[in-house]
Amino acid sequence: MDYLYWGDDANRLCGVLPLMKNFIMNIVKSLTLHELLRGMGLTLRYFFSKKITIQYPEQKTPQSPRFRGLLALRRYPNGEERCIACKLCEAVCPAMAITIESEQREDNTRRTTRYDIDLTKCIFCGFCEESCPVDSIVETRQFEYHGEERGDLLYTKEMLLEVGKKYEKQIAKDRKQESKFR
Amino acid sequence: MEEFLKQYLDPKFAITFAYLIKIFCIVIPVMISVAYLTYFERRVIGFMQSRIGPNRVGFFGLLQPIADALKLLFKEIILPAKSNNFLFFLAPLLSIAPALAAWAVIPFGFEMVLADINAGLLYVLAMTSIAVYGVIIAGWASNSKYAFLGSLRSAAQIVSYEIAMGFTLVGVLMCANSLNLGEIVMAQQGGISQWYCWPLFPLFIIYFISAVAETNRAPFDVAEGESEIVAGFHVEYSGMAFALFFLAEYANMILVSILAVIMFLGGWMSPFSFIPDGIFWLLVKVAFVLFFFIWFRATFPRYRYDQIMRLGWKVFIPLTLIWIIFIGAMMQTDYAEYFH
Repeated sequence: MDYLYWGDDANRLCGVLPLMKNFIMNIVKSLTLHELLRGMGLTLRYFFSKKITIQYPEQKTPQSPRFRGLLALRRYPNGEERCIACKLCEAVCPAMAITIESEQREDNTRRTTRYDIDLTKCIFCGFCEESCPVDSIVETRQFEYHGEERGDLLYTKEMLLEVGKKYEKQIAKDRKQESKFR
Repeated sequence: MEEFLKQYLDPKFAITFAYLIKIFCIVIPVMISVAYLTYFERRVIGFMQSRIGPNRVGFFGLLQPIADALKLLFKEIILPAKSNNFLFFLAPLLSIAPALAAWAVIPFGFEMVLADINAGLLYVLAMTSIAVYGVIIAGWASNSKYAFLGSLRSAAQIVSYEIAMGFTLVGVLMCANSLNLGEIVMAQQGGISQWYCWPLFPLFIIYFISAVAETNRAPFDVAEGESEIVAGFHVEYSGMAFALFFLAEYANMILVSILAVIMFLGGWMSPFSFIPDGIFWLLVKVAFVLFFFIWFRATFPRYRYDQIMRLGWKVFIPLTLIWIIFIGAMMQTDYAEYFH
């Protein structure tokens, strides 16, 4: 009310009239339920809009080729394991989910005898994949897997190789597509 | 039907039996519509939130309410420690019984009414008032502060909005010159222009908003509030006892909608005089009004408690009184015919 100038009548009206107008407009607006009706108009628009629900088992969201899902160990096309037991992944793993033991084979190459990943510890950060010099340990697009008993999610080398064998096509395709960014 | 039964049964018994059949003919459709109202509500609110809503159980999720009811039936009824057992079980009955009893005087078509009593409107008001006891007793018998606070709020809200609601109905009975619901509908004969929602438009709006408040629906659902008092007066109820409160809430919702239709939207009368009247129109109108209930819930944020009280006492009651006086005054002038 400070800006009201009480000098002469004309000036006084200048201050009062907008206030009166506001006051009346407010009453009219609240009595006609103006804002409520606007809100209802909005929800009615959404009522007829396209629904964004993804009906999961039948429909799925698109996945990136860099999707970080179930871990897998890969082989070369000739069947040889890629992993050379450098243990970089074991070292970089922030959750300490990877356990590796290695020995020398007859042909003097170093290979793993044990490569376990505890998927209950794994945080799917992808550091192991990044650190791997031979693209052996990779993350696949699989995310629908489960364990029914305690220990079912402790993946051994054989299980990881099996995963790699099963999804090798998709894995190779994704690596190739992303190769120019790596 | 009574005549038909009298051929086979003792006359006294036949009348009772005929009434029983009629009661079942009302209660069972009401229960089914309550179940499908929950489904309808979930679907509509889902649609308004760009979701689909339940669509898995049966075709388009049509069996969802049955699945929900079965789940509640099989759940354990937990009795809170130090609660008053008798009152604890009385409360859900006290809220479901009036919600169903009020249906006795609802006319579904010309002379299609269970009890054609003269003071039907008063009877409905009395029955909906009794439902408050269910709420109060549930909150008190639960021996839980959340339930108690919820029931206090809920009861205060129901009581205050009943006054505004009662006044709006006074306007209707001034126009119709009758308390009998069937006669109120008959007074609105002759197409959409004769319905009372036009001369009594402000009262219609106020009745509708009070009805939302009366049934404790959003945006007036302070009786529940997850962040403060959990589920309000029925926190401690589980299983079928909870389901009874749920049934009562939705039965009340349908009841106030059907009352709105009877009072203001011409009941079973068709909107155009060349189309025949019938129960079909009543159902369409009730579905339309119920859609608004759900629409409100999907749209409005909740009122603060003191704002609810302010709206009820300081806005609705004066407004209805003014409009009733206005109608009374108009009835003494040459324009009286517009208000009959």
